[in-house]
Amino acid sequence: MENLLSLFEYRFFQNALLAAILTSLLAAMIGTYIVSRKIVFISGGITHASFGGIGMAYYFGINPFLGAVVFAISTALGIEWIATKGKVREDSAIAILWSLGMALGIIFVFLTPGYTPNLMSFLFGSILSVGTADLWILSGVLILTIVFFILFFRPIVYTAFDPEFSKTRGLPVALVRNIMAILIALAIVLSIRTMGIILVLSLFTIPQNTAFLFSGNFKPIIFGSAIFGVTGSLIGLLVASWLNIPGGAAIIFVLTLQFFLIKGIKLLASQKK
Amino acid sequence: MNSKLPLVSLKNVSAGYNGDPVLTDVNLDIYPFDFVGVIGPNGGGKTTLSKILLGILKPFRGQVLFPSGRLNIGYLPQVSQIDRAFPITIREVVLSGNSSGQSWWKPVSGKLREKAERLIAQMGLDGLGDRPIGELSGGQLQRALLARAIINDPQLLVLDEPDTFVDRNFEGELYQLLERLNESMAIFLISHDIGTISSIVKTIACVNGTLHYHPSNVLTAEMLQVYNCPIDLITHGQIPHRVLKKH
Repeated sequence: MENLLSLFEYRFFQNALLAAILTSLLAAMIGTYIVSRKIVFISGGITHASFGGIGMAYYFGINPFLGAVVFAISTALGIEWIATKGKVREDSAIAILWSLGMALGIIFVFLTPGYTPNLMSFLFGSILSVGTADLWILSGVLILTIVFFILFFRPIVYTAFDPEFSKTRGLPVALVRNIMAILIALAIVLSIRTMGIILVLSLFTIPQNTAFLFSGNFKPIIFGSAIFGVTGSLIGLLVASWLNIPGGAAIIFVLTLQFFLIKGIKLLASQKK
Repeated sequence: MNSKLPLVSLKNVSAGYNGDPVLTDVNLDIYPFDFVGVIGPNGGGKTTLSKILLGILKPFRGQVLFPSGRLNIGYLPQVSQIDRAFPITIREVVLSGNSSGQSWWKPVSGKLREKAERLIAQMGLDGLGDRPIGELSGGQLQRALLARAIINDPQLLVLDEPDTFVDRNFEGELYQLLERLNESMAIFLISHDIGTISSIVKTIACVNGTLHYHPSNVLTAEMLQVYNCPIDLITHGQIPHRVLKKH
């Protein structure tokens, strides 16, 4: 216990805690949108395709974050475009972009001469190595997302709920959905830093589903997701440090446990009535 | 006949999906305070026609004109098109009908809130405003969608089978409500229930690949044959005599 408390004095651990909080808040908003629109699979495609960008960025010696952002945004807009134009089956298109991105990533990482980046940290995240620059970027995107959600909350919800009807009411449906696609891509790429490609979607889906147990309305679900996401990832991070296991995996374990515990309690409570 | 300009005018319109035409050479004028009942077989293009009126679907050929200027249209889609798992309350659904011409960052005005509450009560959904739509019956959801369609006081109300789920108790009220609404707006009503529909509409459009307009609400079996509009004439209950006239 003493050791655990002393962790809080270290810069790297403070950064990790901050990253967990900021990512959870970002995921609360974006994740509620993803889950409500049932585009979790699309988000999976965006996440994995971004690995292609990371690999290419390493090969050409540029910032891997930048490469991931470019790949993620083009995938997000690409899928949105395919979905509206509808010439290819959407789920097939997602699967193609998903695996193509991963393949490109692996090829370019393999071709990169000399130092090969730690693949594990991209796949599973490395929350303990989050730097100050990462935190600044994360805060920036978080603020951007909060402002967009506050200003355009109703158009975001309405165009997600019933795009055809929204069109008849003169809403710029395509614009709102494209901006959301970009925000989804940014949020996912930034969360890859802490959670890794394989684990990141959990942060965008598990707390939301826990919040769904309490509400059937968009706004309360965002707040609920924020509460469950922050508490779950903080507890997960502490458990990880205590047991000396990877942070991302521990966070997911705690989030899932939280979901089933609450679901179980609610189930028992409803049976007692 | 009406001497006013039509609200919307379709000229030789052909439309469909992915290059396959569903409708060909449709001509239709809808005037203020019209009440057009739309009948026809499934897959005949009724919903496609409504989507052209709404501007959701662009025709391959032909023109969609708005001779009276920008048209404020209210729309009630088929309930099956709605994702009932979406986290949204009845109140929010109704309020979403008034989404044009207001500043997004401003909170919804008290006046609009009152109007939404009034409509919710009028639709027999009193006290259910805070309920998520997932907890509603099909009929209740349909009524919420009707409230959403009319909150903006549209000039033209497009209803795609508003009576599929509505329970018998509310059906009479629904048709009374539509007749009352027709005093202030034109209505374009798609329905399977030919018996009921004929007694409240003013004119009938038969949609089956193309459109036959029938400028009265009296429909005969022969006419349906001439228009190539095979629909089920067997309806629930008694068909009023003035609806199906024997020749």
